[in-house]
Amino acid sequence: METKKLIELLGEKLSSFIVKADKMPNNDLLILIKKESLLSVMDTLKNDLELKFNVLMNHLGVDYTESFAVIYNLYSFKLKKKVTVKAYMEHENPEVDSIESVFKGVNWFERETYDLLGIRFRGHSNLKRLLLPSDWEGHPLRKDYIYPEEYNGLILKREENCK
Amino acid sequence: MTEFALEEMILNMGPHHPSTHGVLRFIVRTDGEMMLRATPDVGFLHRGIEKIAELMPYESFMPYTDRIDYLSSLNCNLGYALTVERLAGIEAPEKAEYLRVIGAELTRIGSHLIAVGALLLDLGAVTPFVHALRERETYNSLMEMLCGARLTHHYVRIGGVAFDAPDGFIEKALSFVNHLEYEFLDEFNKLISFNSILIKRLANVGIITPEKALEFTLVGPNLRGSGIKFDLRKDEPYSIYDRFDFEIPSGSGKFGVQGDAYDRYWVRIEEIKQSCRIVRQAINQMPEHGEIKTKISKPFKIPAGEIYVRTECPRGELGFYLISAGGKTPYRLKIRTGSFSAMTIIEELSEGVMVADLVAIIGSLDVVAPEIDR
Amino acid sequence: MYSLADIIYRRMTETFGASDFLEPLFTIVSYLLPCIAILGIVSLISGALTLLERKISADIQNRIGPNRVGPFGIFQFIVDGVKLLLKEDIIPDAADKKLFRLAPYIVFSSTVLAVIVIPFGGPFIVADLNIGLLFIVVVSSLVVVGFMMSGWASNNKWALLGGIRSAAQIISYEIPVALSLLTVALITGTFSMQEIVKQQGLYPWQWFILHNPFTFIAFFIYFVSSLAEINRLPFDFPEAESELVSGYNTEYSGMRFGFFFVAEFANIFVSAALAAAVFLGGGNIGIDPYNSPLGYKLLMALVFFAKALSLCLVTIWVRWTLPRLRIDHMMSLCWKYFIPISVFCLVLTAAWLVAFKGNSVFWRIAG
Repeated sequence: METKKLIELLGEKLSSFIVKADKMPNNDLLILIKKESLLSVMDTLKNDLELKFNVLMNHLGVDYTESFAVIYNLYSFKLKKKVTVKAYMEHENPEVDSIESVFKGVNWFERETYDLLGIRFRGHSNLKRLLLPSDWEGHPLRKDYIYPEEYNGLILKREENCK
Repeated sequence: MTEFALEEMILNMGPHHPSTHGVLRFIVRTDGEMMLRATPDVGFLHRGIEKIAELMPYESFMPYTDRIDYLSSLNCNLGYALTVERLAGIEAPEKAEYLRVIGAELTRIGSHLIAVGALLLDLGAVTPFVHALRERETYNSLMEMLCGARLTHHYVRIGGVAFDAPDGFIEKALSFVNHLEYEFLDEFNKLISFNSILIKRLANVGIITPEKALEFTLVGPNLRGSGIKFDLRKDEPYSIYDRFDFEIPSGSGKFGVQGDAYDRYWVRIEEIKQSCRIVRQAINQMPEHGEIKTKISKPFKIPAGEIYVRTECPRGELGFYLISAGGKTPYRLKIRTGSFSAMTIIEELSEGVMVADLVAIIGSLDVVAPEIDR
Repeated sequence: MYSLADIIYRRMTETFGASDFLEPLFTIVSYLLPCIAILGIVSLISGALTLLERKISADIQNRIGPNRVGPFGIFQFIVDGVKLLLKEDIIPDAADKKLFRLAPYIVFSSTVLAVIVIPFGGPFIVADLNIGLLFIVVVSSLVVVGFMMSGWASNNKWALLGGIRSAAQIISYEIPVALSLLTVALITGTFSMQEIVKQQGLYPWQWFILHNPFTFIAFFIYFVSSLAEINRLPFDFPEAESELVSGYNTEYSGMRFGFFFVAEFANIFVSAALAAAVFLGGGNIGIDPYNSPLGYKLLMALVFFAKALSLCLVTIWVRWTLPRLRIDHMMSLCWKYFIPISVFCLVLTAAWLVAFKGNSVFWRIAG
């Protein structure tokens, strides 16, 4: 299926949610949505019989300094097409709906995003730190993250020439 | 009246345990030999590779991709290089693509040898592991010929590869894959694959139905073990994989139910064969002379944009989501690995099985700890 | 006079003259001397077996194996022993210290006790007890006490699991082992080891393994069950390293671990020796073991060791070939197959003895 056709099809199915549709350099589709509509968009993408984007390939969060974004990469066996869903949110207290009810496998991905970026996922069943120790302070993948000098008595100071 | 209450025992399996393949920890709640649940605890090998990427020029990050998955470093190199190339709009020369494919498939063979060997070692069969390592030794010296490193290859560069194949490499690689496909695998299967104890240990253990596999975002051999014939080399050909003729093995419930541990084991054995076929074809098709690296601008900058590229690693899909803001360094690089999703399903599979089965499940999912933590 | 102890006692009374006063001393000395000798021999044999195991496993795995100490590395086990002796002996703080210290000795001594009634061919047996066969069965199951003790006293969950596993396993497999040994005892009508060996002969058709079809089956049941008894692969659950780290001996180090280690290999030898003596004719070469020249006596010992060691080799070979079973498979193998089959073997052997007046299948040539 051509990417153009997919844009049309998605426009038809998700007309009220899509803010912007764009082509990525490798002809994948990137759709920008409002964060409030994330759950319903995911639900349509996964369960619509013509779309059937039932594989969650990837999830990540990005810190754009003035805002945060969550990105989901979906794949459809039926259309053999990838689609990237992106939603922005404010930088203060970033919070978004967890899509665990649609894609069960997103559990750990969202935990990792919470761990490293501090984006909270509403309705997540087990939103705890995944990779870092539970008493770690801060979220390292944020652009304004300041490296701690010490953790539980361990000296973590970076040498300047490392940069 | 007093009621009999089961007393749960909490076993702390790892971070230092012989069968956790690296530094992993499972909090296992057991009732004697029966397990109630095993909760994975990861993060012991978290090195913050994604953060490091944001501080590094694009080319300098390449050695770090070796460390994502030390058993298949060349495949990780390739995935990263392809991501950057696609976003920057660079094409690698043809010969470089062939060298990449040969290297990547040899690495896949080496990685699968470890995967099946380590699984068998966990089941108590030491000899097949050593036999697999003997073959891996040949692979190691082949890679040493090619790029001078035995484990962390750092062979692929943005826009090509680092070195041309040295004299004698092609012949040695050919004899290696011939030996593997026609001699070693038959011997190995006779030795262990059809052993009835092994079948008893692996068949009907850790069954993952196709629906469950998709639900938990399993990828690669684990997904194919559940019977879903999906391979990025075939379904979404990257590099030059569309030029080769090979099959996608998938689990069929050879000795038990579809999607059990034996299926995943058998898919890996079959994939070694297919990789041998690809290497042979690539060697035959490879042009004798030619450029091996496209010149890239210095300092290397990529126009702003974002891209998601996934490649087929021995442990399944390796995806790089790269966001560039137009500078010398990535704005954000997310690495999505196969072991990460394989880990999520262990908790589900571990309910109501025996401690010995947990070992078989971990081994059959082929989890490599640094890939989970990154 | 049938055993080394008896021979020494007779020699002492001949030399020093019989007297009521010295009699207890003679008895003690006559048993002590062979016992000390046997302790040395057992340690030597298990040391040699460790070397053999390493060499054979290396051969199976296309490696070289130990080759640094002495020619072909034959002194490796001595160096290993010295290393174990010199290592720091660590007792965990939370361990039950008395039991922790005691456990290795129980395991080791129960193994060595079994050697007392093993007939090494000819007159070489420490004590030919008239309950010899039963003695071995009883004493070798004492091992489980030591294993449980070490597992419990270590205060470590892996060790505890290993100890419990070994208790379940050894006690279960005790039954088929004893039943298959009893089939032979039915034929001989005695438990005395020397007598059992004596009733067989030089040629294979005189051995009890070929006495009738049921002893033939009993031999294999004995051999496989004995693998479980001595915790060897495919039945090495108590110390399954990929599941239980190291099982009951997880917390042990230094010479205490060494005792477990030596006992394990001594156990291999004991079970192989028992099979050789009971089923494979032992050191019997068709000559009276007592009234023959020393050369013949040594030849008998040689024959015995050849048989026992080849069974040891099979044990080692099996270990480096097969993967491990799962514990429930192992238990069902024992209770659902081995025990019923060995009971049938016992009953049918009895029937055979009645029907054929105690003759073997090869009674015409066996005489």
